[in-house]
Amino acid sequence: MASYLIIGNSAGGIAAAEAIRRGDPKGAITMVSDEPYPAYSRPLISDYLAGDVTLEKMLLRPADFYPSHGIEAILGTKVTRLELTQKRATLADGRTLKWDKLLLATGGTPTLPDIKGRDLKGVFVFNTLDDAKAIGDYLIARHRAVVIGGGLIGLSAAKALLRRGNETTVVVRSARLLSTLLDAEASALMEKAALAKGLKVIKGSGGEEILGQDGQVKGVALGRGETIPCEVVILARGVDPRTELAREAGLKVREGIPVNEHMETSAPGVYACGDVAESYDFACQEVRVNPVWPSAVIGGLTAGANMAGERNPCPGTSAVNALSYFGTAIAAAGQANPPTLDGFEVLRHPAHNGHYEKVVLQDGRVVGFILVGNLEKAGVIFSLIKERVDVTPFKKDLISPSFGYAFLPAKLRQARIAAE
Amino acid sequence: MKKVYPKEEVCMACRLCEVHCLAAHSLSQDLIRAYKLESPRPRALVQVTEKGPVSLALPCRHCREPMCVYGCFAGALTRDEATGVVSLDPDKCVGCWTCLAVCPYGAIYRDPARGVAAKCDLCAGRPQPACVANCPNEALIFAESARG
Repeated sequence: MASYLIIGNSAGGIAAAEAIRRGDPKGAITMVSDEPYPAYSRPLISDYLAGDVTLEKMLLRPADFYPSHGIEAILGTKVTRLELTQKRATLADGRTLKWDKLLLATGGTPTLPDIKGRDLKGVFVFNTLDDAKAIGDYLIARHRAVVIGGGLIGLSAAKALLRRGNETTVVVRSARLLSTLLDAEASALMEKAALAKGLKVIKGSGGEEILGQDGQVKGVALGRGETIPCEVVILARGVDPRTELAREAGLKVREGIPVNEHMETSAPGVYACGDVAESYDFACQEVRVNPVWPSAVIGGLTAGANMAGERNPCPGTSAVNALSYFGTAIAAAGQANPPTLDGFEVLRHPAHNGHYEKVVLQDGRVVGFILVGNLEKAGVIFSLIKERVDVTPFKKDLISPSFGYAFLPAKLRQARIAAE
Repeated sequence: MKKVYPKEEVCMACRLCEVHCLAAHSLSQDLIRAYKLESPRPRALVQVTEKGPVSLALPCRHCREPMCVYGCFAGALTRDEATGVVSLDPDKCVGCWTCLAVCPYGAIYRDPARGVAAKCDLCAGRPQPACVANCPNEALIFAESARG
């Protein structure tokens, strides 16, 4: 009987466990996570902090998920060491576990900026349910908060803090919010919406120092003589792949853990998926980290199926994000804002009534897009990236506000419907 | 499984499918009341997509590899392995719109009044989905495959 060890208990780990069980009804599956909770939805920690969802509603699977799938779940215990030749993992409590197939679904860990005052009371990160709980326990109504970082995590924290009625300022190093996901025009629309909801935004400074008094936060110095008084600081400078176990075990690690089309790492029988993995991105046509939910699930399903003995290649993924913050809906995917325009063709329908359409082409194929406002067609455009459709004959239509499925070439349109 | 297939060659974009879908998913089951009196107003779970002479009503395909389910971090979208039906639980949906960003058919919509996603539920409980039953041109069929 094969034994499977999964390290990690979120989107990728759960998807993989289910896929393993489908392919191997008898094998022993063990999941280990240093978090003490059954699998929950990490993106919902913002709604949790805002008081809009309970832990119960955040759970990814029914209460009997682990026993009903014959999974032994070891929760609240860290894996401290992997020995690849012995196929053995050591846990923080000294226990050891053997595996035939191993999956690293360890996710990410918050990037900690090298900023003075990081250890003061009132400074938090915002990555796990425990982080959200800690902030919720600490926060009182009169607290003013500064969020350092204007990316997805920073804005999701800011949204929750505002919702709780706390005065909130986001400070962002770059010239705009969500600079890694969006272009200047879409960022401006998001910022306008955020300001209208009462968020303060300070650009061009990532915060120079967190100031304290008696060990507690009292402000953030911006490094140009300006200080924002506050009682709470959230460090939201993004997430790094959590690769230390893999690195110490001698696996090949770059930014993340590179995997092949079967989600297998440089060591046979050892797989990786989710935010820790570098897998094939069909928009960039390269292997890279894509820390987004759909990519974790698809990678997990592929890893699990292959661990259970199938030879299924991964359909590939790409960075695809949808967000609905401050009443503004945005979807963006792939190379939505390429660093150079060399070799790219950009089609734009400038902002109109809070709507915006932008599609990026390369060699007649869509490689990225940003949509603000009307998102119903976003998935159709995303599918064109994935299928590498030559859109030359109808490229102008892509940014039409009325673009939809009927705009696809007849052959593709009908074949897709016949296929499902 | 049986689902709703469009026959684009006979669709006239009259949008009666949308009208009857909305009524079928209203509290009153009455079109005028649903539009004028119900709050929040129900939303049609099918939408006609058209370009020039081409039009078709394209409700959820209930995909075997459902990208929307894979993308849903709220656990609101699920696929029943036994029936093949992809369902949306509006109580779990948080309106993040990831499903819209990954559905290759553009068959998931926003319900602005409720702030959640909306998609075809095959009119569970009816002998035939309302859009199919009321399409004057038989441009929608309820069948096992596109050929009927």
